[in-house]
Amino acid sequence: MPYTITEKILLAHSGKKAIAPDEFIDAKVDLALGNDITAPLAIKEFERLGAKKVFSKDKIALIPDHFTPNKDLKSANQCKILSEFAAKHRIRHYYEVGQMGIEHALLPELGLVLPGDLVIGADSHTCTYGALGAFSTGVGSTDLAAAMITGRCWFRVPKSMKFIYKGKLNKWVGGKDLILHTIGDIGVDGARYMAMEFTGDTIKSLCMDDRLAMCNMAIEAGAKNGVIEPDKITEDYVKSRWLLGISKKNKRKHKIYKSDKDAAYFDIREYNVAKMEPQVAAPHLPSNTKPVSAFKNVSVNQVVIGSCTNGRISDLRMTAKILKGKKVNSRVRVIVIPATQNIYLEALKEGLIETFLKAGAVVSTPTCGPCLGGHMGILGAGEIAIATTNRNFKGRMGDLESEIYLSNPAVAAASGIKGKIAHPDDVA
Amino acid sequence: MKAKGAAHKFGDNVNTDDIIPAKFLNTTDPRELASHCMESLSADFAKNVKPGDIIVAGKHFGCGSSREHAPFSIKSAGVSCVIAETFARIFYRNSINIGLPILESVDAARGIEDGDEIEVDFKDGEIRNITTGKVYKSQKFPEFMQKLIAAGGLLNMLKMDNTR
Repeated sequence: MPYTITEKILLAHSGKKAIAPDEFIDAKVDLALGNDITAPLAIKEFERLGAKKVFSKDKIALIPDHFTPNKDLKSANQCKILSEFAAKHRIRHYYEVGQMGIEHALLPELGLVLPGDLVIGADSHTCTYGALGAFSTGVGSTDLAAAMITGRCWFRVPKSMKFIYKGKLNKWVGGKDLILHTIGDIGVDGARYMAMEFTGDTIKSLCMDDRLAMCNMAIEAGAKNGVIEPDKITEDYVKSRWLLGISKKNKRKHKIYKSDKDAAYFDIREYNVAKMEPQVAAPHLPSNTKPVSAFKNVSVNQVVIGSCTNGRISDLRMTAKILKGKKVNSRVRVIVIPATQNIYLEALKEGLIETFLKAGAVVSTPTCGPCLGGHMGILGAGEIAIATTNRNFKGRMGDLESEIYLSNPAVAAASGIKGKIAHPDDVA
Repeated sequence: MKAKGAAHKFGDNVNTDDIIPAKFLNTTDPRELASHCMESLSADFAKNVKPGDIIVAGKHFGCGSSREHAPFSIKSAGVSCVIAETFARIFYRNSINIGLPILESVDAARGIEDGDEIEVDFKDGEIRNITTGKVYKSQKFPEFMQKLIAAGGLLNMLKMDNTR
């Protein structure tokens, strides 16, 4: 029976002999994740049910990243719920401010998600880890509560859609642009309930940071998960987790799954991306995508470079390439947020932080912050931001009368220099 | 099980930031969450909604975040049921998990107007527009979902399974 990679991973964790799309299954999870806004609800339910212990202290990750460092009293008390629960149940993967990072950057960095894993997270961008050849999907707080007790989660097996990308990418074009273009093509519900499988020569050439950025936004097309078949780049990335001095306690065997040649797909789409320009999604949907050159005179007040989509070292290097020796427009607030402490440290060592500061940008500690209108850069009425985040719904970053454009780091940085949406070549 | 109330009509792609803005996610208090329900789209919704009322929306209702606060705030506001053309997947599963009744029906979503008096029979998935007299049928839930709904949500089902 030919299966897609998604079907294979679900089958392996279900204990069943066969599997088919639209079937309901109950599967074992390798990791269950929650953060400071979703875990408190889950913990409340866990305790209301009278549960006495978690299924495994090593397979739960609780990361305070959305409104941290504690942005106000309410957030402080939410974070307390997390830290106290983690202490009570001896949760290994609880990371306090100082060790934490944005969850979807931190978990791959620490080697907590490996190829072949089945991961659920009470956060919609949990689909990020599909880049490692895992099945990974966003669920709710109640699902997290149930999983913390049973180590299992229910799923409806998704149909799979295949997206084939061919062609050598232009300078300044990367994973973020590919996914923005794709969502622009199929719409915010174009992959509703589906597994999005990203494949083709272009994908094979993407570094892991770009693969993570791509899978991160699968949910923005309504997908259940995004996935990229593991290859040498994946294996090298996994190997490098242990070489970076990251905890060897996280080391374990992983399993490589690949789609069978004659696996069934609901739809197959091909894109030739050789001529693709950097893409920008205009307000107020991630599908409102056009090439950057279509935006002629859009002034910006704020630039945000960071988030679980584009806060990794490759993104900061690209930003520094644009900003080096230049100054941002004095009217514009350019906020750079390295996604983890390790990334921040690496950026420091490489002189990137100096480049940012000298250019007149500001650098924040890892946090989701402005992405969801929390803190560290809220927009006022009528203000416009360009951000490397993943969602530009109305009012998401602040006032209902503000606007968000989504882009890759190079476009965001160039826009910070020009004071309006700009192609990176315009500031070279 | 039945529901009856006035319809509150919304469009396509109502997202989770519309349903409950992120700035309110540092609370789990049902009354507080209810008071900000649908605030970005309709400042008066939370004030005007009566227990039993029904939300009727277009495509892809609840898209965006996985925040369970979204269906939770709708449920806490006293809404008895959400009818939409289609639902976003995480919102759909969250609603079933917490026992917020949801129904998928393109005809009902398009045919019902704001303010229409609606009656829903969950047993046979029938939606009756009392104001216009029209009757619609919703998509039947898969068996597994029917089990979850009958149990009153995921945790109730877990509790029941454990006491067996």
